[in-house]
Amino acid sequence: MTAPVLPRSSDERAGEASAADPSGPPIRTRELTKAYGDLVAVDSLDLEVQAGEIFGLLGQNGAGKTTTILMLLGLTEPTFGEARVVGLDPARRPLEVKGRVGYLPDAVGFYGSMTGRENLRYTARLNGIPRDEAARRIDEVLDLVTLSERADTRTDTYSRGMLQRLGIADALVKGPDVLILDEPTTSIDPIGVVEVLDLLRVLAHERGIAILLSSHLLNQVQSTCDRIGIFAAGRLIGTGTVNELATQFGFSLTDLEVTLDVATEQAAAVQAILRGVPGVLDVARDGHAGHEPTWALTTDPEHDVYATTRAVIEALSAYPLVRIGQHRVALESIYRRAVERGVADDGTVIP
Amino acid sequence: MSTATGATASDAPVAPATTQGERGIGRRAPGWVIVARKEFSDHLRSVRFPILLIVLGLSAVVPLYFAADAIRSVASQISDPRAIFLALFVLPPSDVPIPPVYGFVGIVAPLLGVAFSFDAINSERSDGTLPRLLSQPIHRDDVITGKFVAGLATIMLVLVSVVLVISGFGIARLGIVPTFGEIERVVVWLLLTIVWVSLWLAFGLLLSVVFRRAATAALAGFGIWLLFQIFGQLLVGLIARVVAPYATAATAQEALSLKALSDTITRFVPLTLYQEGSRVLLNPSETTVSTPATVGQLAQYQQQIPTLLSLDQSLALVMPHVVALVALSAVCFAIAFVVFMRQEVRA
Repeated sequence: MTAPVLPRSSDERAGEASAADPSGPPIRTRELTKAYGDLVAVDSLDLEVQAGEIFGLLGQNGAGKTTTILMLLGLTEPTFGEARVVGLDPARRPLEVKGRVGYLPDAVGFYGSMTGRENLRYTARLNGIPRDEAARRIDEVLDLVTLSERADTRTDTYSRGMLQRLGIADALVKGPDVLILDEPTTSIDPIGVVEVLDLLRVLAHERGIAILLSSHLLNQVQSTCDRIGIFAAGRLIGTGTVNELATQFGFSLTDLEVTLDVATEQAAAVQAILRGVPGVLDVARDGHAGHEPTWALTTDPEHDVYATTRAVIEALSAYPLVRIGQHRVALESIYRRAVERGVADDGTVIP
Repeated sequence: MSTATGATASDAPVAPATTQGERGIGRRAPGWVIVARKEFSDHLRSVRFPILLIVLGLSAVVPLYFAADAIRSVASQISDPRAIFLALFVLPPSDVPIPPVYGFVGIVAPLLGVAFSFDAINSERSDGTLPRLLSQPIHRDDVITGKFVAGLATIMLVLVSVVLVISGFGIARLGIVPTFGEIERVVVWLLLTIVWVSLWLAFGLLLSVVFRRAATAALAGFGIWLLFQIFGQLLVGLIARVVAPYATAATAQEALSLKALSDTITRFVPLTLYQEGSRVLLNPSETTVSTPATVGQLAQYQQQIPTLLSLDQSLALVMPHVVALVALSAVCFAIAFVVFMRQEVRA
């Protein structure tokens, strides 16, 4: 469908966002803290999500992701600190905040005796959207999540993945400025996941919606989010793009990765050649069995990485080179290192 | 809409409020009305509704069927305008040991009240719809209020229909035409019944908030109903007999005060409150809520010139009952409300 997806275009939306709060981003928290008795679920959280940005919250179960989300929606009151969502304090003006924030809860559910469309209609009514307008928007969002064909069957016949997609449609019905998604891709099939993530990118980058999503699926977070926040024991122990986080947690961005189509017997010779290339500090074989042999090269950050790359290519001119490029730091490695050494025994954050 | 929002973007300081207005948040129906409307239509479509129809219908038809002859003979005997229309509701069948209509409603209404609310909140929780519902721009109390109102509306819809059917039966088959005063009394009795149903609806709501599993809440609700229904009056009667043995009192004075105490104790069972209230409201010749304690009182009672109370006199007689029932319902609802407001959204 080519019709505009949401009620307003990105230009108008951007104008409105700036009108709502000219000074700040759609989501901002300052020292936001939530304690249940002695247990500190969220500890002094400083977070900002800009309009048109997808921010990923990464963290183990119980790290405080959902508590943070509930505080942003005004469904739980912070013990200390403050939050501003679309320029408003969710604890003081929850209705206005909830009118402009679409929320997909973890393990979202619908009324099984009603059809998908009826469920969305109820949400529209709760948001005070007039009937005709609601019908139009519901058609649009159902189309967005490719559920139009099943919209008029009862939701108790839906699969988990369909419910999840309907949940995203439900969050979009009110035409939100901010989307908060708790585990949006769990139990969606792989192709569906790609579709959903594409949709989120369109919503953020073309329509200027600020999206905060929490997930434990690291690949998806890495591929979709503009910025990532790593959460551990209620604290945000790192924020930034994947590359920024990699640097922050001691991964080198100048390291290279080389793959050659050579037999295993030749590997030792290749390794010796690689060690001799100027700018290369260390060479490690990291290919998996059955794959073409791959080496990870630790390079000297003082050297120009492009010069080093050219030198490697020249040195290997006798061998069939399959691939050479930046050694991509997997978010998984960053995350693991961050969580392992992120919080010391006394609770202080190690940079 | 898009042009309107574009316009508000220019007057920056008041923009957030204006934007809300543009979206109709200020103009729409209150949250509890929207919730109640949805719950009401759910109730009408649910399996519970036909059950409600059958149960309430039977509780009217059965006593009426057996009492019809008695009513007809009573109606033909008396010439003065005694409240014969009301006999449809209060006259117990002569040859079958079953209660009159108001007695049946008193027994059945709690069951229906609990049946329409025991899963109100906990099913939203277990279905995963509660966080979604609460993240919409409504107050949390809208959810519980809306569900309460919807349950009450459903039961009252059926109850009013049943009362109309009874009246129709009286008019068509027995030729009894109600006077205005009698209609008034039936309406007031319906109001009392609303309070009675509310009490059990609120109680069911409380259970649905406290118990995370609907099955547990249902079991607890019906268990307590059964307890009050069967053992309640038995137990209270026993306690009254031990604490206030007026039958064996030495002096008449003592007997009278003990009887008063005994009556008070029996009124700790809400059903007693409702049934005494109904009896007085539906029967203008009923001049006391208590049964006579001594032979002297009984004789006095029987020698009374039969008088008909006006509605406000009857109301004055049962006002304490009504107030007690209203207070009980309010307390039940308030506890459910407070517990729900303090609960975490997460399961």
